[in-house]
Amino acid sequence: MGDKSQAIVINEKDNVATALEPLNTGAKVSSEVHGRVEEITLLSDIPMGHKFALKDMEEGEAVIKYGEPIGQSTTKIARGEHVHVHNVVSQPRGGS
Amino acid sequence: MTFQGYLRPDGKAGTRNYVLVIPSVGCSQIAGQSIAQGLKDVVCLPNILGCGQVGEDRELVKKTLVGFGTHPNVSAVLIVGNGCEQLAPEKIAQGIAPTGKRVEVIVIQDIGGTTKTIALGKKIVKEMHEDAARLNREPIPLSELILGTECGGSDYTSGLASNPAVGAACDMLVSEGGTAILSETPELIGAEHLLARRARTPEMAQQVLDAVAWWENKAIAAGQNIREANPAPGNIAGGITTLEEKSLGCIYKGGTSPLEEFIPYASHPTKKGLVYMDTPAHDIEQLTGMVAGGAQIIVFTTGRGNPLGTPIAPVIKITANRDTYLKMRDNMDIDVSKIIEGKETVQSAGERILEEIISVASGKATKAEKLGQRDFCLFKMNINI
Repeated sequence: MGDKSQAIVINEKDNVATALEPLNTGAKVSSEVHGRVEEITLLSDIPMGHKFALKDMEEGEAVIKYGEPIGQSTTKIARGEHVHVHNVVSQPRGGS
Repeated sequence: MTFQGYLRPDGKAGTRNYVLVIPSVGCSQIAGQSIAQGLKDVVCLPNILGCGQVGEDRELVKKTLVGFGTHPNVSAVLIVGNGCEQLAPEKIAQGIAPTGKRVEVIVIQDIGGTTKTIALGKKIVKEMHEDAARLNREPIPLSELILGTECGGSDYTSGLASNPAVGAACDMLVSEGGTAILSETPELIGAEHLLARRARTPEMAQQVLDAVAWWENKAIAAGQNIREANPAPGNIAGGITTLEEKSLGCIYKGGTSPLEEFIPYASHPTKKGLVYMDTPAHDIEQLTGMVAGGAQIIVFTTGRGNPLGTPIAPVIKITANRDTYLKMRDNMDIDVSKIIEGKETVQSAGERILEEIISVASGKATKAEKLGQRDFCLFKMNINI
């Protein structure tokens, strides 16, 4: 592992990364997962411990962390945008 | 890959070589403690139950004590009874006998008082200890290892770093043919359907869902709705978005392997790979259940710090909180805070954890062992009568 990472991607299937320090809008952030390096330009301020999107997501798309769906988007989310309670809810259970 | 362990007559392998004193009832507990006192590698379980119990608790206490007696970290067992207790000491001995190890029973009412019982007990455990000291460690494949996992005193570093690092170590152990136990059913709430999807059979998936429903209803009956109360406002401020995310941060310490078996509290896995044991989230009851089920070693992640150990299985403490590591150096074994600093990958930390598991399984003392943390708590479902 080379330079210090500012964000962590826990599982290679994840479509979000978690900030390891407070990050500002416009910052270029790189993080490594299983040897793959992701470079993202942030579209929002991301507090430490909060998530940002690694890819563009449609409304209703599964948000993946730990390789599993932690919820689904309630609106379109752009790569680099803050992903949290304002744009994600738990997935409905049963019947899906 | 191998560790240096003690091969037992039943083919199982120990990471430690204890003589165990089991009081069958609270009435003989102090006599048992007196027998073990001052003798190196002789441990007495602080059992205060074994009588006045009802329903499934009668079976649970026996199963747990027998599980400690049959455990491969134990070379021989002395059971100390009072005489009129509900849980007959002979019943515990019968449960241990099939392992082929030496098991003796002494009873205070038969011998005639505590003083004589302690004297006789000391004579027996000294013999047992002399026999145990003649055994040597030998190379044992990692496939014989059952690793228990636990998280306690969690903070934001647990779900982000220490649990994923332990998960990576579990995946490596499973790929070596070993076994990892995941447990703490109340902490599955919200992500139980995701764990259930990893079960090998639909029946096993249903067992996971049923176990969560049982605990959730118990908690609701006691006035606590865990699902509605989480994620708590503090969790959300810290970046946790949904209950699934919070619970996955806990579950991820078991790694990403398919679920091979679902076992009740204190039961022995019959499959290798990732196994789920239905336990409380209460740290000591959970540790006690996993050890009774045969776990020879435990990895325990913590954010805020935790001192716990078990009577016979070493517990490795892992934290990704640098402040906690520095403040509690006498309790913490491994620092994985470089993940949080962005200077180490989860995979690399997982490799370090597996190396430490092998060292500790081969005899290296953990911090909890050095501190004499022989914590033990029997899980019970009902009141005592």
